[in-house]
Amino acid sequence: METEPQFFETNAAPTVVGQPMNRVDGWAKVTGHAKYSAEYNQLPGLVHAVLVTSPVAKGRVQRIESSAAQKQPGVLAIFTHENLPKLAKTPDAPADKAALNSPMGFMPMTSDQVHYAGQTVAVVVADTLERAQYAASLVKVIIAPEAPVSSYQDPKAQLYVPKSVKGMPGVTKRGDAQAAVQKAPMQLAATYTHATIHHNYMEPGATTAHWEAADRLTIYETTQGVSETQKTVSLMLGLATEQVRVITKYLGGGFGSKAWVWPHTVYAALIAKAVGRPVKLVLTRPQNFTSMGHREEQQQTLRLGATKEGKLLGIVYDKTATTSPWDDYAETNSRIIGMLYHLPAYEATYRLAKSNVMTSTATRAPGDMPGSFAIECSMDDLAAQLGLDPIQLRLLNYADIDSSTGHPWSSKSLKECYARGAELIGWNKRNPKAGATREGKLLVGMGMATGSYPVHNSQGNARVRLYADGRAVVQAGATDLGTGTYTIITQVAADSLGIPPENVRFELGDTVLPSTQWSGGSTAAGRVSSSVYLAVQEVWQKLIKLAVMDKKSPLYGAKSADVAAEKGRLQLKANPGKGEAFGEVMKRASLGDIEGSALGRYGSNYEAPQTTANADPNKKENAAEHSMHAFGAHFCEVHVDPELGTIRISKWVSVIGAGRILNPKTARSQVIGGSTMGIGAALMEQTVRDPHLARYTNASLADYHVPVNADIPEMTVEFIDEHDPYVNAMGVKGIGEISIVGVTAAVANAVFHATGRRLRDLPMTPNKVLAALREPA
Amino acid sequence: MNDFSYTQATSAKEATSLLKDQPSAAYLAGGTTLLDLMKANLAEPPQLADINLLPFKGIEQTSDGLRIGAMERMSDVGENALVVQQYPAVSQALLLAASPQLRNMASIGGNILQRTRCGYFRDAAFPCNKRVPGSGCPALEGDHHNLAILGVSERCIANAYPGDLSVALAAFDAVLTLENQKGKQRRVPVTEFYLLPGKTPQKETVLEPGEMIVAATIPSAAHARRSAYLKVRERSSYAYALASAAVGLDVQGGTIRAARVALGGVGAQPWRSREAEKVLTGAPATEATFRAAATAALQGAQPREHNRYKVELAQNTLVRALQQVAAT
Ligand SMILES: Cc1cc2nc3c(=O)[nH]c(=O)nc-3n(C[C@H](O)[C@H](O)[C@H](O)COP(=O)(O)OP(=O)(O)OC[C@H]3O[C@@H](n4cnc5c(N)ncnc54)[C@H](O)[C@@H]3O)c2cc1C
Ligand code: SF4
Repeated sequence: METEPQFFETNAAPTVVGQPMNRVDGWAKVTGHAKYSAEYNQLPGLVHAVLVTSPVAKGRVQRIESSAAQKQPGVLAIFTHENLPKLAKTPDAPADKAALNSPMGFMPMTSDQVHYAGQTVAVVVADTLERAQYAASLVKVIIAPEAPVSSYQDPKAQLYVPKSVKGMPGVTKRGDAQAAVQKAPMQLAATYTHATIHHNYMEPGATTAHWEAADRLTIYETTQGVSETQKTVSLMLGLATEQVRVITKYLGGGFGSKAWVWPHTVYAALIAKAVGRPVKLVLTRPQNFTSMGHREEQQQTLRLGATKEGKLLGIVYDKTATTSPWDDYAETNSRIIGMLYHLPAYEATYRLAKSNVMTSTATRAPGDMPGSFAIECSMDDLAAQLGLDPIQLRLLNYADIDSSTGHPWSSKSLKECYARGAELIGWNKRNPKAGATREGKLLVGMGMATGSYPVHNSQGNARVRLYADGRAVVQAGATDLGTGTYTIITQVAADSLGIPPENVRFELGDTVLPSTQWSGGSTAAGRVSSSVYLAVQEVWQKLIKLAVMDKKSPLYGAKSADVAAEKGRLQLKANPGKGEAFGEVMKRASLGDIEGSALGRYGSNYEAPQTTANADPNKKENAAEHSMHAFGAHFCEVHVDPELGTIRISKWVSVIGAGRILNPKTARSQVIGGSTMGIGAALMEQTVRDPHLARYTNASLADYHVPVNADIPEMTVEFIDEHDPYVNAMGVKGIGEISIVGVTAAVANAVFHATGRRLRDLPMTPNKVLAALREPA
Repeated sequence: MNDFSYTQATSAKEATSLLKDQPSAAYLAGGTTLLDLMKANLAEPPQLADINLLPFKGIEQTSDGLRIGAMERMSDVGENALVVQQYPAVSQALLLAASPQLRNMASIGGNILQRTRCGYFRDAAFPCNKRVPGSGCPALEGDHHNLAILGVSERCIANAYPGDLSVALAAFDAVLTLENQKGKQRRVPVTEFYLLPGKTPQKETVLEPGEMIVAATIPSAAHARRSAYLKVRERSSYAYALASAAVGLDVQGGTIRAARVALGGVGAQPWRSREAEKVLTGAPATEATFRAAATAALQGAQPREHNRYKVELAQNTLVRALQQVAAT
């Protein structure tokens, strides 16, 4: 396919895994050949759908005046709740929501109900985008408005403790944390607040739906999971899974938002059928703020008790957050707070307020990102109160096993991360006294924080076809969010097959390929690399079987178990000189190609032996008996202007232990990206919702500030060489999310060190800095 | 976006005649303000008169000062040697604005006529007195963290001009040359060009329907040559000011002979502070003087809950800008 990445240039060494190979899709992207989901414009008869959204946050649609719009040239149809074709299944009932893997338990446009501002109330279809947009602007929606609840802070909000949030109980207790804290000689309590944040990926949500036959639908979708999308859409439309094909060759960022099927995707499919033409639906930037979830605004209260020396005795934690009218969604912050340190007693409670907002959803390191802010600022406070160095306090509370499960870690290099990070930033030059370092008018501070992210359960298939001429096609229905999946899997396949990466074509992002789970939860690198590696092993097993039965092979008569594949050569383990190249075996067997496929899973108990000399093949521990997490530490230096309230980051260091690093270049980019996003959350990112009308006032990239280049200093990123025999076959933990965990706290801790003031309300905009500096230190 | 006609005008006469009898028709310069408003259906002109070919060009020395054509681009003016030397504050105001791409496109006339970033104004789903007179002002009790504290009214608290250039122009007594549909020109100082919201926040400038901005002329002065523009914002670039200050000082022997002060981000219009200038003039160029000037500048502030910080921030911004200029 023309849109598959071309190999243009690599700087690969003999063993490409672990090398900083350039992106194999780089050429296609910079030349515009990479085709994104909204770019399938050649489909015959393609028409355009544009959403009409609700101006108000709560009410009922009384009337929709669409006759003027209907009369416009090029308009094919206008859909409202009154004429939208019926769905086979909607997520409105909790059981159906679960069956559909839907991010929201509500399907707009299936009734007159309006639950949030920006909710879709009509869809206009026309032959060109401009005509559809213009007609949409003429549709008048008359809604009987009701007073909305705007957030958990709204005086009308009713807080409740949910039965569970994302599978976690609304209240968790381990030991008697209340008593432990009350009796502790050192006690600390603090409240942290977080603004609403949006993913703000570059590529907007977009769907192109094409019915190739009455029972065959193809969707070009902006999704992190083609298989998940296939399943959800087919269930909602009443089709067999196999009748829906989903294609996502390239994705312009997702950050959790594109992990699910949102209503607009389903509308595009329904409407394409109704009008009998392929339909393209692209969300506008403001619509992206109300169509694909966000990170909820929230408040965290953390009370900790510790010994006089600084050892934690217990934590009582409370999170209050806004959720949608129909969901109990909240990020599970309590997880990281319960496992980051050795913690004998823990109690965590969630409180939610059903409000008139679109549901919040997974956002880069959901839970762990905001949770780390609470625990890591509190630890910094504790260190300051005890006069301890922040790193020393963390080492004092180092978790040798996971307090939340009692299991040992599959691997953990956090101590090395602390040590290396401290060295790189020059921690030993840090004045232990807060508010004591100046540079002209500016206050200078240095801070650090710990990060951690779990290795999540996941599994998926891959297929490898090796050709006799030494080229290979590798396939898995994964997605590359723009992070480098194309590249790292190419590297793994090349190494396992013993062929140069130029000879590997890795195809992804299509449900006709072997199915694998979504790219989310930092699972894709570990899972897909493992399944590809295992699929290659199947190729070798088939070829070895052929060779040992082939009289003309130097391996004839050997036991299969005594033969191994090494750099594309089949040879005797005991006598590597005896063997032959795989091409020879295939030629004699008249095989033009040979295939292998495999299921890769989290928690396999061995890893790729050919790339790790000292792997212990006898280790057979059960993965379930280990706690599997990546760990890391972020360090930074800030300059605070005490009169203007501005915070500028002048140095940044991240050191991460995340198992095998398949490609240090793409991995570094991930950490830079995660840190940058975290800095955005720390200093500037916030979506402001009007407290009375519950509608966003800054839903644009001009008014919602993400960091610009000038906000980000040169970043130093290092990885600790880590060998993990438990996480999966390749020993890969994933880095997409750990890269952001701890970032906001590292910045806040540096600001504390600079100013002697603790800012607990994110983002730390100039108004808050000035207010904090007005308070006594 | 609505359907509209588009005509590229080759003379001022042709341009103004295109707007005749069409009160909602509009001139199109760089389009960076206008097209955004059109895409959000906030402006729906039936006719666009493109003025990019008009001879409103040139940056030249005249007896009244430096004359800058309204169709000059922000980037060209900001980097122009005469501007950099004679009006550092004007150059800085231009180059600290928006992004390089926008500055390459945006014109001086368009910059002067940019619209507020008040989120309620920018979203037709909200009520807004400026956009729909009489519909209300949700910003009063809502999101106003970056709205104005000086010159505001109960009807509107927006910084109608949220940008930078006009702040510097107001400080240094720039005069706009306007031309109406009859081809008649008049000259209006920038300080008199913008209107306070009062009871009619929809009326923002003295520009008559169809009238064009031809040029801006900035008188030359010692205090303009020794000037600076300081901008405080939520990120290091590509953001509007929370507070900004354009200041110029003529200091001789430690005493301030002449001073110019205007504030951005905090006023309903670019906020020239003659009160601050009065405090500065004749006083020693010391921090105490600058503080007193800053206090005077913010004397009449009417902050609300979420923009109260702007009083202190604007004062500190002004003091810092004065210190910077005094140190040069
Ligand atoms: C994301 C973003 C960030 C920005 N940040 C900043 C910032 O930090 N600081 C800042 O100062 N500005 C900023 N701006 C505003 C930008 O400077 C203006 O959009 C730009 O200057 C407008 O010029 P233009 O030529 O594109 O105007 P246009 O969009 O073409 O016109 C704007 C208005 O002026 C009218 N008009 C234009 N020229 C004339 C004329 N000669 N006579 C009469 N009427 C005329 C038009 O009819 C229209 O109503 C930003 C804009 C954006 C989109
Ligand atoms: S402050 Fe002005 S522009 Fe903003 S909502 Fe109120 S009236 Fe409209």
